[in-house]
Amino acid sequence: MHELAITESVVDAVTRRLPGARITCVRLEIGALSGVVADSVRFCFDLVTEGTNLEGARLEITETAGRCHCRVCGVDFEPDGAITLCPCGSIEIKVLAGQELKIASVQVA
Amino acid sequence: MCATCGCSGSGAVIQLFPAGHANHEHLSHEHGASHDHGASHDHGASHDHEGPGDADPIPATSAESAERTVLLEQKVLAKNDHLAELNRDWLRQRGVLAVNLMSSPGAGKTTLLERTARELAGKMDISVIEGGQAGVLDARRIRSAGCLVVQINTGAGCHLDAEMVAEGLRVLDPPSGSVVVIENVGNLVCPALFDLGEQARVVLASVTEGDDKPVKYPHMFRRADLVLVSKTDLLPYVDFDSRQHAADVRRSSPSALMLQVSATTGAGMQEWYDWLRRRTPAPQE
Repeated sequence: MHELAITESVVDAVTRRLPGARITCVRLEIGALSGVVADSVRFCFDLVTEGTNLEGARLEITETAGRCHCRVCGVDFEPDGAITLCPCGSIEIKVLAGQELKIASVQVA
Repeated sequence: MCATCGCSGSGAVIQLFPAGHANHEHLSHEHGASHDHGASHDHGASHDHEGPGDADPIPATSAESAERTVLLEQKVLAKNDHLAELNRDWLRQRGVLAVNLMSSPGAGKTTLLERTARELAGKMDISVIEGGQAGVLDARRIRSAGCLVVQINTGAGCHLDAEMVAEGLRVLDPPSGSVVVIENVGNLVCPALFDLGEQARVVLASVTEGDDKPVKYPHMFRRADLVLVSKTDLLPYVDFDSRQHAADVRRSSPSALMLQVSATTGAGMQEWYDWLRRRTPAPQE
């Protein structure tokens, strides 16, 4: 359940960047290959923001798809789940997208 | 609640177990409290650790108007990643190899380290940062094997983070040319995300867990530098397809080295020692 720690880090980072500001919305970007489950972050969010400047804020999560490039056959593909294996069977791949775990923006009242 | 690891209560507690001494020293560490990372830890110049952030606070505007959007574009784990980089610099400057040892609970991390400590006594300088939610059982076992060990209890936390390890390293004070093994909390999920500043990641996968773990926990295996298949003395008694397991590890981490070890019989242990030795920096003058 590291999503609790992840959500705590979000609150910590936002309060640090915007001390004293009342936050009404937080927009996160979570990639399919980031190792973080968006639903679990949603579950933790209200709990973690209680008593902070983010209390009551809306949480918007953009889930970005994974994208890989195969160094053998040259094709770009979307991996199936967290295993990055090219349809051609190759494991020589480069992850192009999907590892993002970031705070895109916040809405300040 | 601790901002980094999410643990509740008083947070991580750090205790030093000097090798060969009966009593341990309590170094209660109010995790999350503002300890000074700079000076004593000798992280280099006088920077402040608040930093990940690298980003300065954005001043709140006066009550001028309606809502506004503030772009942050900041990595969620920026703070941990920043502290991990400081740990890595510190280790490099001091000439110390740090290895992050991860596995599910019961895969044999402590048993592996006990045998390692006993067999390398006098040949290689090893100390251990022991991570666990509660208790000091593992630290006692490692200390009995002759190793200097620091226990970090994470409380409710499910993983070690870079800040806890920085404090552990400061207490441990490892000499140049030595190895620090960081035994992470037994868990195949959470520790995968938290960089501790280690130079290498070792994942221990025991044959008694079954051969399906690399498929079920790909994040843990993806960034492994070394996968140790442990408890191989039990292979005749369990249903474990070594070939399938190796193929699945390969899919998650094409570059990881794989070794088979048994800390009970000693089979394969020499290769593990050789792997450690190859990475250990020479002591500095």
